[in-house]
Amino acid sequence: MSNDQAPALELADITCRFAAREGGEPYTAVANATLAVAKGEFVSVVGPTGCGKSTLLNVAAGLLEPSSGSVSVFGERLAASQGVNRRAGYMFQADALMPWRTGLGNVVAGLEFRGVAPAEAAAKADEWLRRVGLAGFGDRYPHQMSGGMRKRLALAQTLILSPDILLMDEPFSALDVQTRQLMENELLALWAEDRKSVLFITHDLEEAIALSDRVVVLSAGPGTRPIGDFKVELPRPRDVSEIRMTPAFLDLHREIWGVMKEEVLKAYQRQKAA
Amino acid sequence: MRLRILQLWVLALLVGVWYVLTAPGLIPNFYFEQDNRAAFFFGEPQKVFWVIVDWFATGEIFRHLAITLLETALGFVIGSAFGLGIGLWLALSPTASAVLDPYIKGFNSMPRVVLAPIFAVWFGLGIWSKVALGVTLVFFVVFFNVYQGVREVSPTLLANARMLGASPRQLLRSIYLPSAMSWVFASLHNAVGLAFVGAVVGEYLGSAQGVGYLILQAEGTFDINTVFAGILVLTAFALLLDSAVGAAERRLMTWQPRASETEKV
Repeated sequence: MSNDQAPALELADITCRFAAREGGEPYTAVANATLAVAKGEFVSVVGPTGCGKSTLLNVAAGLLEPSSGSVSVFGERLAASQGVNRRAGYMFQADALMPWRTGLGNVVAGLEFRGVAPAEAAAKADEWLRRVGLAGFGDRYPHQMSGGMRKRLALAQTLILSPDILLMDEPFSALDVQTRQLMENELLALWAEDRKSVLFITHDLEEAIALSDRVVVLSAGPGTRPIGDFKVELPRPRDVSEIRMTPAFLDLHREIWGVMKEEVLKAYQRQKAA
Repeated sequence: MRLRILQLWVLALLVGVWYVLTAPGLIPNFYFEQDNRAAFFFGEPQKVFWVIVDWFATGEIFRHLAITLLETALGFVIGSAFGLGIGLWLALSPTASAVLDPYIKGFNSMPRVVLAPIFAVWFGLGIWSKVALGVTLVFFVVFFNVYQGVREVSPTLLANARMLGASPRQLLRSIYLPSAMSWVFASLHNAVGLAFVGAVVGEYLGSAQGVGYLILQAEGTFDINTVFAGILVLTAFALLLDSAVGAAERRLMTWQPRASETEKV
């Protein structure tokens, strides 16, 4: 049964093995990973490149069935047979907008799939376009928009369904630094309105600290698992570009980097060897 | 505009060269021994022109053209529909596609024009044997493109739609079909041409009407001017059909970025 005390999202002892091509050793991307996101908590997961962060997120989304371990959503076990995690919204790293739909068409998609009346869906989508700063751009196709606008569109597309859990896979990594900080602030503002539970994946430690309540550090792959868990007790509301200068931020950054650095070097050595 | 004028000059040049080389007695013979041989083998542009004018003036061509176009259109529509349907089915069903794979490859590598005599036996000498030939030619072009198109749907796009709550049916309608459409349209240009080939080859092999029949009759009496007239009329209508497909494509594919369109905000 779903209940309010249970964490919004709980990954328990997750292991993901991928069959190797042409008879090699199977690749263990994630090993015995345990991770929980409380209701209303903003958790970031950082780790070196290629360490299986996205794998973990896909497991949480119900898009990927773990080899072993379980996923619980508000205390309810997520079974692969039931399909995806219906209480979660997912923002992808790559562009996931439908290029053949206009901005408005993309934002209404989720409501349309749920059978909401077109007029009602369009009205709600207009409202969301306004909230992400895209009022008047509803009739544009994605290819007519800049990278930042496409990200906002994707945000509106996900948030219009009001998911209880928001899964984000390096959503801003493709943006330039200025646009990225603007988007991070906008995300925090939207998040502050109703405090969803967020699981935010990134390789950027500064971004992770600036946004989150808690930062989880993953080890280098293969066999990735959490090796560090840090509370971020910086005051909110935050401005991501200003908070980076504060001493508390820098101390925390130094402390987490101390744990992360070794893993990054390990991952780097492994990539160089391969 | 400049481009159009240059294009017209190329046409004028070609017709001019054709005329000069074939008009009896205009230039000294350098290959044939008699004056009118070149005209006999290659026709003469002004005569070809008058054959075409005569066809349209008397209305004789319309009956034949209508038949050929009907065969082409039917071959095109039926072949494309089958190609789209079966392409979708096999692309979405790995088992079926694995089982049928060798047969599809076999049918595709078979020179399918050899089926024409069999179709004539099965469907008679009316339009349906030509339609059947057109269908077999069109089907594979569209089929392979749809198959490829569906296979190459972006996994991120699919995952995103699933997370937004799309059912398998909605995935088909909202993701697979639109995504395959750009591949389909690329294949439709080829398909129109092949439907024409099916119709005309079918008519060559046995028919009582159609432009292919006209050409065949003219060939029987060594009337090269009429043969060329038939070829030109067919080419013009093939171009017309192709531009119709192009227009449909531009209408349905407004979302695709065009090379010239770099406008961004």
